[in-house]
Amino acid sequence: MLQIVNITKRFGGITALSDVSFHVEKEEIKAVIGPNGAGKTTLLNIISGMEQPDRGEVMLAGERITGLPAHDIAKKGLARTFQHVELFGNMTVLENIMVGMHRRTSSGFLSCGLRLPTVREEEKGIRQKGIELLEYIGLKHRADEPASVLSIGEERILEIGRALATEPRILLLDEPASGLNEAETFQLSVFIKQLRDEKGITIVLVEHDMSLVMNISDSIVVLDFGEKIAEGTPEEIRQDKKVIEAYLGEEEYVS
Amino acid sequence: MTRNQFIAILILLALVFVFPNIFSGSYILTVAIFSGINAIVTMGLCILMGYAGQVSLGQAGFYGIGAYVSAIMSLKYGIPVLFSIIIASIIASIAALLLAIPALRLKGHYLAVATLGFGEIIYIILNEWGPGGPSGFGNIPHFNIFSIEIKTPYQYFYLVWLIVILLLGFSLNVINSRIGRALRAMHESETASASVGINIPELKIKVFILGAIFASIAGSLYAHFVTFLSPSGFSLFYSILVLIMAVVGGISNIWGAVVGAVIITVLPELLKNFREFDVLAYGFILTVSLMFMRKGIVGIITEKLGEKRCSR
Repeated sequence: MLQIVNITKRFGGITALSDVSFHVEKEEIKAVIGPNGAGKTTLLNIISGMEQPDRGEVMLAGERITGLPAHDIAKKGLARTFQHVELFGNMTVLENIMVGMHRRTSSGFLSCGLRLPTVREEEKGIRQKGIELLEYIGLKHRADEPASVLSIGEERILEIGRALATEPRILLLDEPASGLNEAETFQLSVFIKQLRDEKGITIVLVEHDMSLVMNISDSIVVLDFGEKIAEGTPEEIRQDKKVIEAYLGEEEYVS
Repeated sequence: MTRNQFIAILILLALVFVFPNIFSGSYILTVAIFSGINAIVTMGLCILMGYAGQVSLGQAGFYGIGAYVSAIMSLKYGIPVLFSIIIASIIASIAALLLAIPALRLKGHYLAVATLGFGEIIYIILNEWGPGGPSGFGNIPHFNIFSIEIKTPYQYFYLVWLIVILLLGFSLNVINSRIGRALRAMHESETASASVGINIPELKIKVFILGAIFASIAGSLYAHFVTFLSPSGFSLFYSILVLIMAVVGGISNIWGAVVGAVIITVLPELLKNFREFDVLAYGFILTVSLMFMRKGIVGIITEKLGEKRCSR
């Protein structure tokens, strides 16, 4: 589904990613872990087209997407969330979802300004679909409230909802559990599994919360100082000496 | 547009219909016509700045293109006024495209300076190459449609304000559509917008063009009303004036553009009684209104209405 091939990225003298390669299978939940500054977010930015790698390429379903602008990559079925939630705070919860449906509608300035019948039809359609999606993610009761009043847990869910509104084949989640308490994190893990099982979405997850990662991942990639030091199932990663040394050993929160 | 907005438009339409029958003096009507012309430019800036978050200090440039191109087309080439207005809009759109492409990389202050530079370039061109140079030219044909001339303030008032209402309705429809949501999304976070598939460069170019077309139409309406043009009305001062109108009315609300334009156009006329102190009074009112009404007049009103509704 997604192939990361020899990605290298430097910022000035610092090598953020060095020759990183791995594959993500269809309907797999793949976690990318590593200490702070290991290059995880940079990797997501490169996959989603927000940064360009110095070397290497990203293939989505066999097609090279490196070098394409972010909005074109989104159009090809890749959606993402952000480490620091990037919702549209001045818009309502429903409008945030409707912005996510931008690509599924096509009216331009002129037809929107004249409010042609096709525009009304389209608008009605995405409003309906937006409400259904809100129901699915459990935020329907907050549909008309501004997104800025949501709790951090709701914000994270809404951001995933906005990504889902683009009808992605693959979803990149950047630390979706950060800021959540234990109960919320558990709910999130159920929700992420559900996305894969019910909607068949492939998931790439960057996360610090080890309980979440170990609980839901099919496979894990470990980055350390921009290099891939291990890859395998949660069980294999837990026993990998290099990983324990570089990362897990320092803080004993393996569940 | 929503139902409330539709009702508000109907009320505005009724006001426009009644106004010249109550205030029939040609001085008052002329001030009202200039208010309407300014409202059109300000609406364009409001969408560009208040909704899409793109600063422009160059709207006078597009206004000038609209006025000069339309005037020259109809005066020198005998093109019917309606078509010369359309030609002017097309040329203003091309200018906006040429401005937007390099400006795509700029934000905030840098974009403000780039658009300011654009406005000044147009101003210099009008001075150097415009008919009559700095002293301008006259004899511009009146507005006419199907060989009916519209030239008295009474007639022209209706023409301008009907166009204001049409463009206001158009703007409200755009704002309440997928395009409007995309514009607001772009304003808040370009990264997040791109991540859901919004083509940011394309959207920026289009909204610049929209603002340019509004300013150009207003410029053309100005030219065919006063029938005399000189570059002085298209300097940086006009760009700033439009910005003030948008901010005083409330930049994140398109109605604010109309209200702000009317207030800022009428205010200096009212302040004439202060004689040499009028500029001082003008500045004082602006400062105070911005200090106490950051969201502009319409922003304050909608906020108060919202509070009332909540407390009920």
